[in-house]
Amino acid sequence: MKDMNEGYVTADGRQIGGVIMEMKNITLRFGGVVAIKDISFDIREGEIRAIIGPNGAGKSSMLNVISGFYIPTEGEVFYKGIKRGPMKPYQVARLGIARTFQNIALFDGMSVLDNIMTGRLTHMKKGLMSQAGWWWTGAAAEEHENREKVEKIIDFLEIQNIRKTPVGRLPYGLKKRVELARALAAEPKILLLDEPMAGMNVEEKEDMSRFILDVNDEFGTTIVLIEHDMGVVMDLSDRVVVMDYGKKIGDGTPDEVRSNQDVIDAYLGVAHD
Amino acid sequence: MADAVAKGQESAQSIPALLARNVARYGGYPAYREKEFGIWQSWSWAEAAEEIRAMALGFLSLGVERGDYIAIIGRNRPMHYWSMVAAQMCGAIPVPLYQDAAADEMAYVMEHCGARFVVCGDQEQVDKIVEIEDRIHAITHVTYTDKRGMRKYDHSRMNALEDVQAEGCAGHSRYEAELDKRIAELTYDSTCVMLYTSGTTGKPKGVVLSNRNIIETAKASSEFDHLNHNDEVLAYLPMAWVGDFIFSIGQAYWSGFTVNCPESPETMMIDLREIGPTYFFAPPRVFENQLTSVMIRMEDAGKLKKKLFDHYMKVARDVGPDILDGKPVSFGKRMSYALGNFFVYGPLKNTLGFSRIRVGYTAGEAIGPEIFSFYRSLGINLKQLYGQTEASVFITQQPDGEVRADTVGVPSPGVEVKIADNGEVFYRSPGTFVEYYKNAESTASTKDPEGWVATGDAGFFEEDTGHLRIIDRAKDVGKMADGRLFAPKYVENKLKFYPSILEAVVFGAGKDRCTAFINIDLTAVGNWAERNNISYASYQELAGHPRVYEMIREHVEEVNESIAEDPMLSGCQVHRFLILHKELDADDGEMTRTRKVRRNVIGEKFADLIAALYDGRDEIYTETEVTYEDGRKGSIKATLKIADAKVVAPKQMAEAAE
Repeated sequence: MKDMNEGYVTADGRQIGGVIMEMKNITLRFGGVVAIKDISFDIREGEIRAIIGPNGAGKSSMLNVISGFYIPTEGEVFYKGIKRGPMKPYQVARLGIARTFQNIALFDGMSVLDNIMTGRLTHMKKGLMSQAGWWWTGAAAEEHENREKVEKIIDFLEIQNIRKTPVGRLPYGLKKRVELARALAAEPKILLLDEPMAGMNVEEKEDMSRFILDVNDEFGTTIVLIEHDMGVVMDLSDRVVVMDYGKKIGDGTPDEVRSNQDVIDAYLGVAHD
Repeated sequence: MADAVAKGQESAQSIPALLARNVARYGGYPAYREKEFGIWQSWSWAEAAEEIRAMALGFLSLGVERGDYIAIIGRNRPMHYWSMVAAQMCGAIPVPLYQDAAADEMAYVMEHCGARFVVCGDQEQVDKIVEIEDRIHAITHVTYTDKRGMRKYDHSRMNALEDVQAEGCAGHSRYEAELDKRIAELTYDSTCVMLYTSGTTGKPKGVVLSNRNIIETAKASSEFDHLNHNDEVLAYLPMAWVGDFIFSIGQAYWSGFTVNCPESPETMMIDLREIGPTYFFAPPRVFENQLTSVMIRMEDAGKLKKKLFDHYMKVARDVGPDILDGKPVSFGKRMSYALGNFFVYGPLKNTLGFSRIRVGYTAGEAIGPEIFSFYRSLGINLKQLYGQTEASVFITQQPDGEVRADTVGVPSPGVEVKIADNGEVFYRSPGTFVEYYKNAESTASTKDPEGWVATGDAGFFEEDTGHLRIIDRAKDVGKMADGRLFAPKYVENKLKFYPSILEAVVFGAGKDRCTAFINIDLTAVGNWAERNNISYASYQELAGHPRVYEMIREHVEEVNESIAEDPMLSGCQVHRFLILHKELDADDGEMTRTRKVRRNVIGEKFADLIAALYDGRDEIYTETEVTYEDGRKGSIKATLKIADAKVVAPKQMAEAAE
């Protein structure tokens, strides 16, 4: 295993930094149900980290623990070396964590542009009163600044043609892309993607993969993703955590994970004799 | 007068010289606009000239020599237009390429012209160049416009275009004298641009166009339509196409108008609406799609709106074209049209982006008369032109007030047109190309020593109006058994204007009468069937349905009527037809990938059906081999009915003419 606090360089020449987030012995219970059982792993700055596993393995629960939405029953989460306590959603956002959802959570009646603008909320300092006063209070200048950032993201994700379209009228694949845009608008340090490619066709998957790689490459964003499509996971990610029935059964580079017997058993089933 | 003309030529013998003239004349007016990050950015002629000069200096610093070829691959962006002019300044020759071409197709062209420098739009294009670089040894340097995703590439022979500009600016004192010298060397006969023809037959050919070709053509056509520096165009057609070069560079530099570049190809319709060009070109397909989307949306509109639309569209159809052509129209009708303009046409034109349009052109293929008259009746001055790359576009065009759907107009100013004995159209003009690059043989077979160029199209001049009508590709035009002219495409186009007919193939060369295969359009006919409570299980069943036959028969008979009005072509009326049991498909070799019918393949494959069309049978049993998308083969069995269609006796005039 690589050294804890020193980075490494990937095969394609990207510099991966030190540990930015660490999960230590995380256990999560809902009453009698154990969703996550004593899992530890780390996330390094600038890497693409995947969490995979069969249905019901506890992947989304794990993502919710990382995002601070669930508070682990046991265990600790360290963010940039500091232990993290219970947090409100806005506090999470201010820490630089943004996410997308498995089932799209956008405002259907609002335009793509407005949806992405909501992602800038944490970066807006002006309050309601000054926004009511508009330009002489500096709120207009702030709006322009934020709009510029949003336009760069629109350009980046190539969705200029739907800028003014209400989200409700868009096809599924594009909604997913808008959701990614909104998460990016918050300029996150860590981006959590919950099944970004679920329900997409091959072409949409290719597009999305390219965008994820570009985001990581261009902005240096650390990405944690849950995904079912094995081909995608193995191509995209630098390191993979494999979960099954709430336990961690593998952790390492895609190649290491692929040859791990426990992982093969969990995915292909094992003969009972 | 002659002196003035000579002086005009003297003052601007090249595109860079025109640029300098425009800076002096229109310095502060916008030359280019591009929408980026949601906002229209603009460059005045003075600013654009600075950018172009910086780029040219940068090219010199990269070592561009006189006579080098610079390939430009990208979508319509100011940077790419600038790179063409910058290349010319350095004495190099710009070669714009189709950006959607595959790497292999690009390799052929790049090798043929030996391009040493490449300007790429983005990473996608750079990837193609990297792929073919090992085979094409001539490439010394690659530049790109969009920096995205380019960080990890080996930059030892690669640069962002804006960095090249910066380099040029930094070294301006070293290169300025050399650049000015090279600009001064440009003459009326230096090569302005080299454009590759798309190559539907054989390998692409490099058409060399001189400054004379481009500037003379731009000048004549700008004057023809009174274009001036206040006009606006939207540059959205492929840069490798001669039309875009003439509109966005030739005419733009001659007249000094503004070239607007869309944000991305997908936003073209939105950008069109925002800009509201005054001068617009589009192939018939664009107009067709726009009309379809309007009609579909009107179907869903409320009752009142629908009624208003239907009423005023009828008014527009009645008087709109006459008003546009300046013909006398009664006061009452004019009032009615004005009301319609307020309620319907104005808002509709605004939605389509045609509010300010002064001159619109369509060309490339036949446009449906209904589509054509729809736009004209709204008051949009849509006209047709006929041209090709070798002519720097313009051969004939329609003057204001003499516009019709079935002609392509009168010879453009300065163009001579003649019809050969076999009906083929020949032309000679100042815009006639210099040569095919490295292909003296093709040059000689296309252009004779006197400068006449064969178009490969057959046509004739209408005696009373002097307008040219194109009927078909010359090689497809034949004679029927009794010597009457046979022009299949002419009839097929008329048939295809009906939405329910997807394809038609007309036979009759060497026979006593014409017959046809019809392919129905599944979407349109399926929709019609649904509305008329006709149930069907498959394409084949729908195609063979008696009521579908009835509908198609009506269409064929209408076409026969309209053909009969034409004395020269009245022999081409369709006597019998059948509806094919399968769609003609490129996978089966029946069509080209660009959806052009392959007559000989169809003739062989369906020989039994053609025989049945001529031997008077009512139906025929047939088996046809089909290829599925994955390459497997199967066969379709069917019994096809053959229907007769009424023909109309040709007008008396035809007899006299024979």
